[in-house]
Amino acid sequence: MSREPAPDLSPVVSDEVKYTTCYMCACRCGIKVHLKDGLVRYIEGNRNHPVNKGVICGKGSSGIMQHYSPARLRKPLKRVGKRGENAFVEIEWEEALGLATEWLGKIRATDPKKLAFFTGRDQSQSLTGWWASQFGTPNFAAHGGFCSVNMAAAGLYTIGGSFWEFGEPDWDRAKYLMLFGVAEDHDSNPIKTGLGKMKGRGAKVVSVNPIRTGYSAIADEWLGIRPGTDGLFVMALIHELLHADKVDLDYLVRYTNAPWLLIDAPGAADHGLFARDAAGDPLCFDQKTRSLVSAKLPDVAPAVVGSFELPDGRSAVPAFQRIAERYMDADYAPEKVADRCGIAADTIRRIARELAEVAFEQEIRLPIKWTDWAGREHDEMIGRPVAMHAMRGISAHTNGFHTCRAIHLLQVLLGSIECPGGFRFKPPFPKPIPPGQKPAGKTYAPNTPLPGLPLGFTTGPEDLVIDAEGNPIRIDKAYSWEAPVASHGLMHMVITNAWKGDPYQIDTLFMYMANMSWNSTMNTKGVMEMLTDVDPKTGEYKIPRIIYSDAYASEMVAYADLILPDTSYLERWDCISLLDRPICEADGPADAIRHPIVEPDRDVRAFQTVLLDLGARLKLPGMTNADGTAKFPGGYPDYIVNHERTPGIGPLAGWRGENGDQHGRGAVNPNQLEAYIAHQSFWHHELSPDQKFYKFANKSYLDFAVKMGFVGHADQIVLQLYSEPMQKFRLAAEGHGAIQPPDHLRANLIAAFDPLPVWYVPHEEAAVDTTAYPLHALTQRPMIMYHSWGSQNAWLRQILGRNKLYVATSKAREMGLEDGDWVRVTSHNGAIKVQIKTMEGLNPDTVWTWNAIGKRSGSWNLAPDAPEAKKGFLLNHLISELLPARADGRRLSNSDPITGQAAWFDLRVRIEKVEAGAEVSEPQFPTLPRPPGVAPAPHVNDYGKTFAPSHSEQKHSDKRTRA
Amino acid sequence: MHPAYSVIFFTTASGAGYGLLILAAIFAVGGLLPATGLLGLVLVGLALALIGGGLLSSTFHLGRPERAVNALSQWRTSWLSREGVLAIATFLPAGLFAVGWVFLGKTTGFFGWMGVAAALLAVLTVFSTSMIYASLTTIPQWNLATVPMAYLALGLMSGAVLLAFVTRLFGVHGTAVDVVAIAAILIGWGVKTAYWTAIDGRLPESDLGSATGLGRFGAVRILEQPHTEANFLMHEMGYRVARKHARRLRSLAHVGLFALPLLFVVAGLFAPEVTATAMAAGAVLALVVGLLTERWLFFAEARHDCMIWYGR
Amino acid sequence: MTSLPAIRPEKRLGLAIDLDTCVGCHACATNCKEWNTGGISGPLTDVNAYEAEQQGVWFNRVFTYEVGGEGPNARTVHFPKNCLHCETPACVTVCPTGASYKRSEDGIVLVDHDRCIGCKLCSWACPYGAREYDEVVGVMKKCTLCVDKIYNENLPEEDRVPACVAACPSKARHFGDFADPNSTVSKLTAERGGYDLMPEKGYRPTSKYLPPRPGRRSAAPVSAAGEPGLEGAGRFLKWVDRILSR
Ligand SMILES: Nc1nc2c(c(=O)[nH]1)N[C@H]1C(S)=C(S)[C@@H](COP(=O)(O)OP(=O)(O)OC[C@H]3O[C@@H](n4cnc5c(=O)[nH]c(N)nc54)[C@H](O)[C@@H]3O)O[C@H]1N2
Ligand SMILES: Nc1nc2c(c(=O)[nH]1)N[C@H]1C(S)=C(S)[C@@H](COP(=O)(O)OP(=O)(O)OC[C@H]3O[C@@H](n4cnc5c(=O)[nH]c(N)nc54)[C@H](O)[C@@H]3O)O[C@H]1N2
Ligand code: SF4
Ligand code: SF4
Ligand code: SF4
Ligand code: SF4
Ligand code: SF4
Ligand SMILES: [Mo]
Repeated sequence: MSREPAPDLSPVVSDEVKYTTCYMCACRCGIKVHLKDGLVRYIEGNRNHPVNKGVICGKGSSGIMQHYSPARLRKPLKRVGKRGENAFVEIEWEEALGLATEWLGKIRATDPKKLAFFTGRDQSQSLTGWWASQFGTPNFAAHGGFCSVNMAAAGLYTIGGSFWEFGEPDWDRAKYLMLFGVAEDHDSNPIKTGLGKMKGRGAKVVSVNPIRTGYSAIADEWLGIRPGTDGLFVMALIHELLHADKVDLDYLVRYTNAPWLLIDAPGAADHGLFARDAAGDPLCFDQKTRSLVSAKLPDVAPAVVGSFELPDGRSAVPAFQRIAERYMDADYAPEKVADRCGIAADTIRRIARELAEVAFEQEIRLPIKWTDWAGREHDEMIGRPVAMHAMRGISAHTNGFHTCRAIHLLQVLLGSIECPGGFRFKPPFPKPIPPGQKPAGKTYAPNTPLPGLPLGFTTGPEDLVIDAEGNPIRIDKAYSWEAPVASHGLMHMVITNAWKGDPYQIDTLFMYMANMSWNSTMNTKGVMEMLTDVDPKTGEYKIPRIIYSDAYASEMVAYADLILPDTSYLERWDCISLLDRPICEADGPADAIRHPIVEPDRDVRAFQTVLLDLGARLKLPGMTNADGTAKFPGGYPDYIVNHERTPGIGPLAGWRGENGDQHGRGAVNPNQLEAYIAHQSFWHHELSPDQKFYKFANKSYLDFAVKMGFVGHADQIVLQLYSEPMQKFRLAAEGHGAIQPPDHLRANLIAAFDPLPVWYVPHEEAAVDTTAYPLHALTQRPMIMYHSWGSQNAWLRQILGRNKLYVATSKAREMGLEDGDWVRVTSHNGAIKVQIKTMEGLNPDTVWTWNAIGKRSGSWNLAPDAPEAKKGFLLNHLISELLPARADGRRLSNSDPITGQAAWFDLRVRIEKVEAGAEVSEPQFPTLPRPPGVAPAPHVNDYGKTFAPSHSEQKHSDKRTRA
Repeated sequence: MHPAYSVIFFTTASGAGYGLLILAAIFAVGGLLPATGLLGLVLVGLALALIGGGLLSSTFHLGRPERAVNALSQWRTSWLSREGVLAIATFLPAGLFAVGWVFLGKTTGFFGWMGVAAALLAVLTVFSTSMIYASLTTIPQWNLATVPMAYLALGLMSGAVLLAFVTRLFGVHGTAVDVVAIAAILIGWGVKTAYWTAIDGRLPESDLGSATGLGRFGAVRILEQPHTEANFLMHEMGYRVARKHARRLRSLAHVGLFALPLLFVVAGLFAPEVTATAMAAGAVLALVVGLLTERWLFFAEARHDCMIWYGR
Repeated sequence: MTSLPAIRPEKRLGLAIDLDTCVGCHACATNCKEWNTGGISGPLTDVNAYEAEQQGVWFNRVFTYEVGGEGPNARTVHFPKNCLHCETPACVTVCPTGASYKRSEDGIVLVDHDRCIGCKLCSWACPYGAREYDEVVGVMKKCTLCVDKIYNENLPEEDRVPACVAACPSKARHFGDFADPNSTVSKLTAERGGYDLMPEKGYRPTSKYLPPRPGRRSAAPVSAAGEPGLEGAGRFLKWVDRILSR
């Protein structure tokens, strides 16, 4: 008998290990990259990193395949054929930058708003926004408007932070977690780790979601709600809690505007605004002195119900009374909402009781002394260990802003925000409610920077970015009466509006990292036509110029006139800044960098560096020295180190000051990047135990936040259950004030701008015949794909290489459908042909599919007959960026009327069985040819061969296998 | 299981070759065949060619045929290894037996013993081949006593039908051959019928509920297989033949493999010489079709337990 | 070397996989692929990598099942599966070349890729579908329990765990010695009722699965919370005299 083989158990793993930040998705985990012979050998999670603490997800583990993707663009491209044909020539960078400078320079010198600069899932919005502002165009936004602005805005207008990326459940202490419409979220790894912890501890997880996959699969209880009805469900929970008096009144009077008095003078111009004293402070009624006092004073005993006379003789009621009045009403009784939500009344009651039980009977007391904003010391931190988290299942509806506010209201009534076991903010949040920055753009002029940044927070009609006639100034109509609180812009409207010339025509659309001719757009087929549509009068494209930066041969590349090819995330500098969307966690702020782990093997440049270069060529003030030379000749790393937003505050907070010994604020440190690299590419500051909770009213934390520049002053941040800005817009719609909306929007605005959370039928549902379109249609993020990028990944596309339409087993039975059948799916915007799959864990009135798996034939350097193109499909063809025409013929955008959030999930459809035919999904588009420079993809992927022990020789070199 | 042509050809050809070798040896040693060189050359040559061709074909199934010799090392545990060793071992006595018969005209004495040894080893080889399949508890349709029986019976049967044809060609035919052929066909038919009855009645030992251990929570169904396209396992083990198709093929096997050869052999007993030879040829043709069908079905009807995970 | 170790290995290394917390993210699968394609089993090739019918070698694959029909207690279970490093696996004994073997030291089942002839018989013998044929290289491959990682002296001590275990974001995978009753995996198995897959096959898998836990639900509420009789302003009486301190 032969002896047991003795393989080499200690092969050398790497010659070098480098730490950087993952960008296989926006979670931005710390990674440890092993390099061998100059190639990436292995990427693992960095166990010291605050985000992922060593773990890594399915995408992150496939980074090698993205980094070496055969779809990488290799050199700048100039269009030679028609738009959409993917016909380009390779050009030198000098020519590319020269062209861009010429085009943009003309615009800037004449009418800067003719440049629309929109960016996708990038990580440098503080740079791109600042660049737009320096250029002088108000037409800037990132993808937030079609992503989750409802979550961001609802949170920032209510609690000073938000779900989304600005807060997280207290994973270590929560005993009850409710997830609303979360499939994957930006906190990809932390949520998974957190759920693992909670389940391990025996805490209860409830997932409210029409679809039972992923997190819903492991939830203790899955509530298969009907899409778009969460607001009702949550309000019924609130109804139950109020009736049972299971609300944390102490918390409400201490930390919220519940006791603030509202002017009760129906018809008056200030009806429903807060009654204020001479200093402008809101008033409350003090039960001890039985008088009206500033609600901001400590140690008062404010009434929460009742009617009180104001000095001017009018009456006022505490906001809480308005809350109680509304939600205790029988309209919100579980029985009333049960059918509509598809959740039994008894279940709603039971959940309410479980919430109350955990919040009030299983309270946590941490023996940690802390000092509140008024300087009062407390011996312990009281926790109501109920945590909630919500994402796009809530936001991507036209009623999402209010639904999200309703969830925040529920959390606040339970006293479970910023307490142990509850939902916690990640610094720099909480911020003042809403944050102080107003959108700039009302004034703009040639060759002049904007007075501020294009995006900000409106608090009333006077903040709108509209002209004297009330017309939108921005191309996406953000901050106009169509979307007054559009804090992130409306990227999904840019192409349609520019094509229509409504409100005006633009000259150049400049985009970065956004696949806007495919999955990131609504009405995909229509948008592809708009991008190639020619104005018969001028013979020019309706959107005359498109400059685009992508790193890969995506569908969007075909529609650009000039392509600025980007690097991969392992090849460039990046900065995950506190000024942007940081990687902080509840225990403390953090930021991070990426640095080149390997050198690019192509003629590509990091987009940020290109943008700074363009800025210098255009002589944008912030990017040019007085003598006209470039201010950041070293490109992005130069900017990261040397740019200061305000004195002492720059892109990175760590190792500031000449000697690198300051954090947060401090002079420029020329060796800052070296310090980051030496510290595994991130900076993290852990708050002291007394700063970790009640951050909105915690003196020590607030002082720290001021020092760091997170907030301007250390005043208490009072949670805004009742939203005065909403009421201000509503008053205007009712005819008060000088700045007035167009008449055709008044009714909409009055309905939408409710100062308290309200529920209304999602707009598409209200506009279409629901018997003709009886089903809701949704998408979900697959955990192993990031939007459209994943399909070029040889590993990931094996896991999910085609998508099907999931239909509830019961619905399929009813309709006589079976697994594998082909159906036509029709919405008011069009029809597609797809293959179905049945599943049990699905709300019966809902169909869904995985997001962004369907690909255009030929894109991403995939074979033209790849299943992504021939079997997979895109739901986006069915989703319209415009609602069906109203009675007056107008078509409003398919967006939340408050924030402009794209309502992807309001979609209504019907399905009908069709012949399988060639078993190909429809629509199909002409196959895109490979862009120049991009070589055919190999048949066999044998990455790792060169690392193998004996270079494990292969039988076949390049065998093509088809079963 | 995926019916790979290389393996189908291998098992049928080598089975027939061994069957022929066994019978030729017994008949020759028993004096029922003349020790003429040409006859020996044809019979033993055909047998060894079938065996050799089959073995060669089997290497097409290998990822690394150049290392095939490694397969001889694990005869302690592996039926495949045993088969390899025995197959090669058979060549030695079979070769000597052939030398005796073809070149020396001798089928008795030492060469006779070699014939007997070759026959014995051939039986063991066929048995080992069958045990490669029958020993797999992962494939309920193979893990049956009727599998080795069928391999042996079908091997002998094929050998007998071939022998009948060759002896008729050479005009050295004796009824003993037909008797053996008829017996072998009847046994084969019986065994195979028993086999098919058995697999039709055989309930799978495991199902998705028991395999995953989740059956205690209720019915289990697959929602998502790990990858959207078929993988190696699904190509290799996931092959499924439609029930209707299988029935039709079984009928073809009944006719081609058993009924027709039986008919031809029996009829041959009563037919004039030339007709009988033609009938013997007909029996061989029917056998080829029937045997390939039967072996194809042997794979195609086999369901590997690992497909349970895929909900199949 | 296809005889199984004569004496039961002193260490029995394997995984305990928690079906209660696995969210089905495939991190274990891709991290495994990533580690192993550059490791002693590498490359783990993919064919038709960017075409139709793409497929490749994976040591770990994640299934998803729906359990319990359409009822209220139904659930979806993600089910990662890789080699279970069985104690009496026929995948080893059927191997004609000795390429398949079970390590006598720790019970890990491995393939010697330099001996393997790619006959695929071992894959036929594995009821778990855990063997992976590499058609480009022409040999059988499989989960090695990351034998070149867990003993790798070039890695820091804390990184010497299987790639899939280190990666798993929800910590649904635990690695350890089942022969040691005090190991995490043994304790988890005992506490949580860890079980064998397909025990009826008699392969005695070393690795165990921890079953999903029943959902936690309180009893149904008795009645609506104090609804009747509390209409109008009366509803707020309970709060009128409440002295609350700010
Ligand atoms: N792996 C991966 N991670 C990602 C991304 C990715 O592409 N891949 N994308 C990132 C981006 S840009 C974003 S915006 C986030 C999005 O993160 P998520 O919001 O978690 O992602 P979605 O897949 O849009 O999830 C929406 C969920 O809401 C549910 N839902 C839909 N309508 C309703 C409803 O009316 N009520 C309730 N309760 N649920 C509903 C859907 O079933 C789905 O589970 O993910 C980020 N993370
Ligand atoms: N039906 C439906 N549609 C949706 C959604 C939905 O839930 N359902 N979700 C919406 C949401 S929330 C979002 S955020 C969007 C996401 O949409 P996008 O952010 O547009 O995401 P991608 O489609 O992946 O497009 C990003 C582009 O960036 C490119 N890219 C990748 N890496 C780099 C890089 O390093 N540099 C550069 N320059 N380019 C790079 C990719 O090649 C790709 O072309 O999709 C939206 N679309
Ligand atoms: S969650 Fe996102 S950032 Fe983190 S490892 Fe995965 S892909 Fe990378
Ligand atoms: S799981 Fe399969 S491959 Fe692994 S030891 Fe058991 S039988 Fe062998
Ligand atoms: S494929 Fe390789 S490891 Fe498997 S049985 Fe054959 S020789 Fe052994
Ligand atoms: S133990 Fe290693 S080889 Fe096995 S599945 Fe996990 S990562 Fe893959
Ligand atoms: S990594 Fe963990 S959670 Fe993800 S699929 Fe694997 S076992 Fe499940
Ligand atoms: Mo997004």
